[in-house]
Amino acid sequence: MQSCHKLDEINIDESKEKVVLVGNPNVGKSIFFNYLTDSYVSVSNYPGTTLDISSGEFKDYIVLDTPGVYGVSSFNDEEKVARDIFLSADIIVNIVDAVHLERDLFLTQQLIDMDKKVIVALNMMDEARSRGLEIDIEQLKDDLGVEVIPTVAVDNEGLAMLSDTIKNAKKGNKSLSPEMKERLEDISKKTENNADSLLILEGDQYVASHFNLEALDFREEIYNKRRNRVNNIVGNILTKVEKNNSIGDKIGSLLLKPLTGIPILLVILYFLYQFIGVFVAQTLVGITEETIMIGMYEPFIIDLVSNFVSTNSILGKILIGEFGVLTMTVTYIFGLLLPLVAGFYFFLAILEDSGYMPRIAALVDRGLNYLGLNGRAIIPMLLGFGCVTMATVTTRLLGSKREKIIAIFLLGLAIPCSAQLGVIAGLIAPLGLKYFIIYVITIFAVYAIAGTFLNKVLPGKSTDLLIDLPPVRLPRLKNILRKTYLKSKYFILEAGPIFAMGAVGITLLKEGGILYWIQEKVAPFIVGWLKLPKETTEAFIMGIIRRDFGAAGLNSLALTSDQTLVSLIVITLFVPCIAAMLVMIKEQGFKQALMVWLGSWFAAFAVGGIVALFI
Amino acid sequence: MTLADIKRGKDFKIKNIPDDMIRIQTLRMGISEGSKLNCNEKIPGGPVIVKHNYQEIAIGRRLAEDIQIELFTEGSD
Repeated sequence: MQSCHKLDEINIDESKEKVVLVGNPNVGKSIFFNYLTDSYVSVSNYPGTTLDISSGEFKDYIVLDTPGVYGVSSFNDEEKVARDIFLSADIIVNIVDAVHLERDLFLTQQLIDMDKKVIVALNMMDEARSRGLEIDIEQLKDDLGVEVIPTVAVDNEGLAMLSDTIKNAKKGNKSLSPEMKERLEDISKKTENNADSLLILEGDQYVASHFNLEALDFREEIYNKRRNRVNNIVGNILTKVEKNNSIGDKIGSLLLKPLTGIPILLVILYFLYQFIGVFVAQTLVGITEETIMIGMYEPFIIDLVSNFVSTNSILGKILIGEFGVLTMTVTYIFGLLLPLVAGFYFFLAILEDSGYMPRIAALVDRGLNYLGLNGRAIIPMLLGFGCVTMATVTTRLLGSKREKIIAIFLLGLAIPCSAQLGVIAGLIAPLGLKYFIIYVITIFAVYAIAGTFLNKVLPGKSTDLLIDLPPVRLPRLKNILRKTYLKSKYFILEAGPIFAMGAVGITLLKEGGILYWIQEKVAPFIVGWLKLPKETTEAFIMGIIRRDFGAAGLNSLALTSDQTLVSLIVITLFVPCIAAMLVMIKEQGFKQALMVWLGSWFAAFAVGGIVALFI
Repeated sequence: MTLADIKRGKDFKIKNIPDDMIRIQTLRMGISEGSKLNCNEKIPGGPVIVKHNYQEIAIGRRLAEDIQIELFTEGSD
């Protein structure tokens, strides 16, 4: 097939056949990918988006992983990427959750209707059995017209059989009516392939415009026919033996009922704080950043580089100066960010794999509605307490541009990242409960007011919550660790270069005297309006680079309790760090990012001043 | 009545999902007009959780208000 999609821009070997893994979210797709590709895996950014696609080799094939989707169409960025990759596939391995056949076989049938060679992995057979579901696999093979291999991927069951059967993938039985088949053939005269034609028939404008055609409007008719066929197949092959609800179901229901769900959520958040905010941010980072990076690595690299480059030259400053690419940048990324981000991804992977995350989203949906968001936004918000940069990347899962803007603004404004939280906690604890409460209430009020305000003034409508709640399962440590490793690695690869660029920029600003100039200009304002000593300016300037630098800069100053409180509020609301800013520019464009940046300046100083007036 | 009016534990049938995009999305998840569902949980002021075979779906309250349903078995209303 001639590849007319952006896929050729991802660097993969075009001469090999492409095996594409396809499945609904939470069907265990990544385990299949890891099994097939084993060690050789590369990750490419998908052109025009911020999504990453993993690819690897298996026998003579190239294997591509895709985002989990419920169907092939163009409802959001993930679906568009998935669609392009599906279209380019030579063979599709469709992973199906045996417990959710009605839902998953819809995608299967759509892939078959696209005239692709398909093989189905019927995964989670153990769970289907324990729920008393009996599936007639031979009948399913006959109905679909393709191979079906039962698997329990987490226990490696059936995977060898699956990989041996990939070569037998074939085109299956379509669900299209004779009339639609005729129309399809008509379009295929122009497109020369049935997969593109089907999507045009189903109203996909992106695919249609690619062939200079108009999208047609038979989606509902085709979908209804497909849905009916799938329901009939499932009725044919599935026998239910009544069993009591599993323990997982009971836990799932407890997590969802507000009376039990909210206390459980609070306990889990407390553990999260203890794990990330105390153990990782203080104990672990104390070792990785202070002892290893600053104590051992930095002297070594400075010593090494200064043999070749003078420390006082501009190049010397850029490489090994205060904000050097080889000194501060490396320390920051590996000594501070990596432990925090890995810790957070580890915790998040547990929440995801256990099926808890969507339940949290349902619990907090109502509250987030006031801010123009829906429950799904809890994921970037939670991540923000780990690292705002990482959280900003995650806002891509939100349903509309409007929601992304609100979420990114709130993240940049009022969510202190864990690097900063540690320092803030250290400074505020000695002041006593009263100051702590004022601090929390102020930050929370700013968050709520800013969200409500944006929800009022931004045009358009936010999307409503519509999510599938996966069953509650016990997560497997191996999968959690693998996920943590991969996600941390991609994050470092993505944020690392951005942060290095920021560090170079700051060095140049400083050497050019611009940093000093800003410091002098804002000093009167700091003293007059915020009632803080002039030296705090330097801490705020540092906060532009690294938020925890700002907070840590306050440590060395002799401040009264009131001054400490005001300066902490200002530093929390203050601009996101350089890395977060650059990611915001990448995600939202320069104009949006600049608005967040200026908005944070304004909010930080306005609120700081008001608090200074009243205490 | 709408999905927002359902009581926890009741069985019902979907009559009408007016929004095209939502109708397509639910269709893909396995729910179409005419599907028989059960209201598994209702979070006060928040989403309605419906159950279809072994699948649970959380539907935001505003969206639930737009979905027309009828009770499936005649119980105390």
